[in-house]
Amino acid sequence: MTAPAQTAPGRDPGLRGRRTPLLVLVGVAVVAFGVSAAICYGTGFGNWVLVLVMGLILYLVGSFFAINRYEGRRAARDRTWGALIHSAFVLALLPLVSVVWTLISKGTERLDLNFFSTSMNNIGARDPDGGAVHAIIGTLEQVAIAAAITVPLGVLAAVYIVEYGRGRFTLAIRFFVDVMTGIPSIVAGLFVLAFWVLIVTPWFNNGQPAFSGFAAALALSVLMLPTIVRSTEEMLRLVPAPLREGAYALGVPKWKTIVRVVIPTALPGIITGIMLSIARAAGETAPVLLVAGGSDAVNINPFENNQTSLSLFVFQQAGDASRFAPARAWTAALTLVALVLILTIAAKLLAGRNRLRR
Amino acid sequence: MAKRVEATGVTAYYGSFKAIDSINLRVEPKTVTALIGPSGCGKSTFLRAVNRLHEVLPGARVEGSLTVDDENIYDKDVDVTAVRRMIGMVFQRPNPFPTMSIFDNVVAGLKLNGVRRKSVLQDAAEKALRSANLWDEVKDRLGKPGAGLSGGQQQRLCIARTIAVEPQVVLMDEPCSALDPISTLAIEELMFQLKDLYTIIIVTHNMQQAARVSDRTAFFSIEKTGDPGRLIEYDNTQKIFNNPSEQKTEDYITGRFG
Amino acid sequence: MVLVIIVAITAFLVAEAVPALQADDANFLTETEWFPNQTPPEFGIAALAWGTLVTSVIALVVAVPVALGIALYLSHYAPRRIATTFGFVIDLLAAVPSVVFGLWGFTVFIEPVRSFSVWLNKYFGWIPLFGGDGPFGRSFMLGGLVLAIMVLPIITALSREVFRQTPTANEEAALSLGATRWEMIRTAVLPYGRPGVIASVMLGLGRALGETIALALTLGFINEITVNIIQNGGNSIAANIANGFGEAGEIGRGALIASGLVLFAITLVVNMAARAIIYRRREFTESAA
Repeated sequence: MTAPAQTAPGRDPGLRGRRTPLLVLVGVAVVAFGVSAAICYGTGFGNWVLVLVMGLILYLVGSFFAINRYEGRRAARDRTWGALIHSAFVLALLPLVSVVWTLISKGTERLDLNFFSTSMNNIGARDPDGGAVHAIIGTLEQVAIAAAITVPLGVLAAVYIVEYGRGRFTLAIRFFVDVMTGIPSIVAGLFVLAFWVLIVTPWFNNGQPAFSGFAAALALSVLMLPTIVRSTEEMLRLVPAPLREGAYALGVPKWKTIVRVVIPTALPGIITGIMLSIARAAGETAPVLLVAGGSDAVNINPFENNQTSLSLFVFQQAGDASRFAPARAWTAALTLVALVLILTIAAKLLAGRNRLRR
Repeated sequence: MAKRVEATGVTAYYGSFKAIDSINLRVEPKTVTALIGPSGCGKSTFLRAVNRLHEVLPGARVEGSLTVDDENIYDKDVDVTAVRRMIGMVFQRPNPFPTMSIFDNVVAGLKLNGVRRKSVLQDAAEKALRSANLWDEVKDRLGKPGAGLSGGQQQRLCIARTIAVEPQVVLMDEPCSALDPISTLAIEELMFQLKDLYTIIIVTHNMQQAARVSDRTAFFSIEKTGDPGRLIEYDNTQKIFNNPSEQKTEDYITGRFG
Repeated sequence: MVLVIIVAITAFLVAEAVPALQADDANFLTETEWFPNQTPPEFGIAALAWGTLVTSVIALVVAVPVALGIALYLSHYAPRRIATTFGFVIDLLAAVPSVVFGLWGFTVFIEPVRSFSVWLNKYFGWIPLFGGDGPFGRSFMLGGLVLAIMVLPIITALSREVFRQTPTANEEAALSLGATRWEMIRTAVLPYGRPGVIASVMLGLGRALGETIALALTLGFINEITVNIIQNGGNSIAANIANGFGEAGEIGRGALIASGLVLFAITLVVNMAARAIIYRRREFTESAA
């Protein structure tokens, strides 16, 4: 270490770095956007969008060289990557803002009492009215039935995995539960179609396949089950071991400990997971399309005849040729998003209150 | 190589909480200075202020001046990366980059500084590993992951990584607290060798260690929880441990302090 | 139990699909047309699978760099308040139903995409991707871009978590060596997060492959294998099921179920690969801790 200190080969920068003057960067920006505008408008190559995009690219390249000249390569790289990361953020905001804005501006057009009190029964292509009450009923019923099926099953499965399961078998179950969460909703719909609608229902429907809201609920259950198992499992794992051991030490049997101590402690977290999966199921369209069949009239009975749902209503109105259909589609979409977001936000707030934390 | 560090009125905040208050401290080149004191007294905060690492935490800031050979590292036009290159740091827990080999860990800093030539990197790696007393143990497995070494070896690897960029000052934040006694001894011996080349500032909870390795010792303390840490006494290590001027220091040294 | 469900899904799907496949007059894997209701039925999955692939690839090519950029912004650049607020917004966006994105795609987003397609065609028409002579709009590009917007929140949310878990000790070590912020990200954050990022991209891919309704609303429904991504046309396995189901007879249903089976197999493989990466990574980080 007697060799002369060499902090960086070729140059000893000292502590004080040169800063790129702001004026230089402003200059680079002006030139970049100027050149871009000149090319686009001068040759008719493109419109203002291209001016912005090309200007940004030119600015990034130009500022890289400017900073490189004043502060060196490392600073230039650092600042250019930083700028790219910031632009990614802004770029992503554009379509998302557009979605929200359209949803609100177009969705409020038909946001009236009529929309929530009538169905599409006897509504022709030239009728401006028509509503989604049948779809709202369908969504609520299907989701409620699906929740009634999956919540006990999912919670029990999670309790089994956490409290009783061990070894490779449990690991394999967890792995497949995770894999199941990624199953496309349309495949779940096809499954219920193949199993329930085409094979089971013909037995008590004179040999004809029967579409129903209940079938849709079954399909939603297939989608909800893995997410509920997974989130419940994670919450149960967070229950501190001393709490359990304390109960065992008092001579409380294991099942009683689980019911009286473990589950109540994890309850807020479990409910959060359930609400999130319900929110996700409420937005699913494909399975309902396949097994509930869709309907224009109110059908309160989920076990007989076709039903529709809000998401399916949006899909069908979107494909409808009537000039009044788009407004109905957007209002239904707004209603659906409101429902889903309320559930999601409530779930997140509940999670924020949760005392069990990782 | 080694430079003098001088703190004048260094005050550090976490948000609105004042962690240390007006620390004045002068560290001579080629010495080992130990910072001791009870938990939460701000010695680690002070250490992190010396290489401007304190300010990377959200809401954290530093006031006052900290000069290295009469250059204030908190001046506006100072390049933070240059400061940190000049003032290296070794952390409490060994923290080699988990995805890198031993060799890549040692030369990580050099690569950042634009050194690409394989031969230069190899020489630098060997020199740094030899200085860290690790060369003989790892020379046959430089391509293996750094995370596969024992805790003490990992810490020496981190020291090698720090000195490979040839800093002026080396900061050590309780470098032995996660190590067993034998590894601790190896690192203490290493410090004796390194002080010929570097200015070393070490935070330690272990007073025997402070007494063994340091030339000068600074005692930090707090009145009560929530108060900022202050420098109580700063003197030759011999003096601090045998005949401290302050009652608080004596209480702490002799174990009468909580 | 879950295994039983997976096996059951496969078994019932196969049972329903076999009669249709037997009736198929063409090769199911190589045929591009989809006419299961004519006699004799002729249908194949080639063009549909191609469409699924192309839209997913477009979605990932567009979404992955942007999503990683946002994830890094949220984990290492943004002030804490912005990071938590937008982190929350991203989570909410991941919950917005796909039918809403589809509706937006084919009523609003189609306009800029159409102008962009015309522009691409005018200046870059010599590249096969952007060739053809219209009409433009309801194309692979529209479908792929809508998918990109949909998978963006998923990939962002997952990789942001991964980046955030980078040990502070490693980040500080990099900074102490004199790294700039970007260099710190390259030495400490990206290598550490790589397996997690790969897994999140594959989960995004799984979602894109299986997406039904958004594509059913944005593609042009022409069964052909083409590299042209801007002309009206394109179809995908899932979208074909949603759109073709209404008019499908018995053979048609079986044919759709057979195509769903293929989709199921593909997504299963992708998801299993992603999960395997995550599980290995978990073991790795737990043993290192």
